[in-house]
Amino acid sequence: MRKILLIGATSAIAQETAKIWAVKGDEMFLVARNAENLSAVAGDLRVRGASKVVTMTAELLDFELHQQIVTSAIAALSGLDLVLLAHGTLGTQKLGEADYAIAEREYRTNFLSFVSLLTPIANYFEKERRGTIVVISSVAGDRGRQSNYIYGSAKGALSLFLQGLRNRLFLCGVAVITVKPGFVDTPMTAHIKKGPLFVDPGVVARGIERAIQRRQDVVYLPWFWRFLMLVIRCMPETIFKRMKL
Amino acid sequence: MNQYSASYECWGRFPKASHIIHRMRWITDTIPVDTGQKILPYGLGRSYGDSCLNDGAVLLITTALNRFIALDNTSGILRCEAGVTLAEILSVVVARGWFLPVTPGTKFVTVGGAVANDVHGKNHHGDGTFGRYVKNFALLRSDGIRYLCSPTQNQDLFQATIGGLGLTGLILWVEFQLIPIHNPFLDAETVQCKNLSQFFELSQESEEKYQYTVAWIDCLARGRSLGRGIFIRGNHAHHLEKRPPPPSDSQIIIPVEAPSFLLNRFSIRAFNFLYYHKQRSPRVSQIVHLDPFFYPLDAIGKWNRLYGRRGFFQYQCVVPYEGQSSPIRRILETISQSGMGSFLAVLKVFGDKPSPGILSFPKKGITLALDFPNQGRDTLELLERLDQIVRANNGAVYPAKDARMSAASFQTYFPRWQEFAKYVDPHFSSSFWRRVIAPHA
Repeated sequence: MRKILLIGATSAIAQETAKIWAVKGDEMFLVARNAENLSAVAGDLRVRGASKVVTMTAELLDFELHQQIVTSAIAALSGLDLVLLAHGTLGTQKLGEADYAIAEREYRTNFLSFVSLLTPIANYFEKERRGTIVVISSVAGDRGRQSNYIYGSAKGALSLFLQGLRNRLFLCGVAVITVKPGFVDTPMTAHIKKGPLFVDPGVVARGIERAIQRRQDVVYLPWFWRFLMLVIRCMPETIFKRMKL
Repeated sequence: MNQYSASYECWGRFPKASHIIHRMRWITDTIPVDTGQKILPYGLGRSYGDSCLNDGAVLLITTALNRFIALDNTSGILRCEAGVTLAEILSVVVARGWFLPVTPGTKFVTVGGAVANDVHGKNHHGDGTFGRYVKNFALLRSDGIRYLCSPTQNQDLFQATIGGLGLTGLILWVEFQLIPIHNPFLDAETVQCKNLSQFFELSQESEEKYQYTVAWIDCLARGRSLGRGIFIRGNHAHHLEKRPPPPSDSQIIIPVEAPSFLLNRFSIRAFNFLYYHKQRSPRVSQIVHLDPFFYPLDAIGKWNRLYGRRGFFQYQCVVPYEGQSSPIRRILETISQSGMGSFLAVLKVFGDKPSPGILSFPKKGITLALDFPNQGRDTLELLERLDQIVRANNGAVYPAKDARMSAASFQTYFPRWQEFAKYVDPHFSSSFWRRVIAPHA
């Protein structure tokens, strides 16, 4: 029975992952913005078998709340074993190109809020000398593309940050897992036409639980994205810049 | 949105349709009434025909409304969102000593679908339909109001929505009664049944003593063997000394459409013959897990692809019992003479427990269900001949399985249809509904 802090708990991937944990009887502290949706998720996890579910409504762009979120979770569950950060937005690239204020908001949501949350979380686990940090990044962070480089660069920065954090926490026995999902059929991608590469969030959830059991460092979900992104990363820039990806 | 998609089918894969897809994510979401197109809720698409299709208009996908809300472990009352599947419910409640009060032959349906079709199962003779166990539900209509419906509150909407084919609005969540079980096993007995007369005898003899009864019959057997098959009956097992191992979770999935020539009268005849004769002794008793007992076909994923590109029709009717002279005999004769029926047909006695639904299908009598590969006009003509017998005998055909009954047949089978029509949401419709309310001569 693990004590888990789940941030962005109403996201489709987080919900599916939490269902797996609920069946195992884990205790969870859920954080999300919409109170009504959050209580629906909490109720579901209780019926499925979670031994304790505590919720906290918070707007994650309010960075001042971050320390309080972590402190409250530790207090409510009397400690933490595992943290999953699953919040995020997929903004419209074009809007961010036209208006820096919109781009900045994307960076605050998809990169800076993670740094801000991970600071107290990492310090807590470092002191405890154990724990697991799981963060949802994205394959979009592996290479900048004209169609979504604002989101992509936020996720790319996040992946690099996690690399450094993993390096720092390795010696004290804390695992940092970077999850890079490909196309997932969730509300975040509702406006995108679905191709054969899309998978259900449940597939990603099972991959996350597997990565935790195996204490993996970086996981692509589903697995084939590791090879797809390898090909994409290997393309020479002189060719890549001419492509419409 | 506003992009037509052909990827949502009905289980019989006939007819084809294309839809504008809108997904519900939360029970607090609103319904898209501003598109000017009619709306139909869609769960797992296990209805065989066009009652789950809304060609050229909007499908409201409900599978993400899949959260449990509350389970009372003392009373066995479960409340969950309408997109939760029966499979998921079983995965949560069986280990805590509960089971579904009524279950259809597949667990891959949503609770919303179970209510909207007022589904029945092997225990209909004693326990009636799923709708009888529904305590209340929330119905979101296009006026934006969430109606709490129960036998005492918004009673008219309650009765219209149970068996209402998703036409009265979107069911958001359902609260219903589970039944207690000791373990996930059944005390089951399979009995060889030589013909229809023996089926009647076995049904009568089993009615009191067995909670679940059903017969799988060879619909190609004729003459003295008409109605030959295997009679299956069972009860939830009490305390077991030794538990058999649970079945494996593995599922075979039919990966592609089968070529149409694979299913012909010879291959079907051979299959039916072997199925009947695989049981060597006339009676076999065993302890079986609830999965193979209730959901034998769920072990084969996407089995509907076996019927190839043209798809298939399922036909399920109910006709009065009337002992040995039952019209079911004429129906079986018509089918066996045509030689067109497929695999195994299901025969079962319905009891007289009334259902709350205005448009519910089950009523006292005998029900027959079987598949027909779609062979175009020949198949349609045969089914129309069957309809004539059912109509003449005050029977009914199950809308959840239908893709072809005429408006005249529907209106004869469901004499209360106009009363029901008053509760159809003005923004909701389905391909089925447009077909069966069409004016006719």
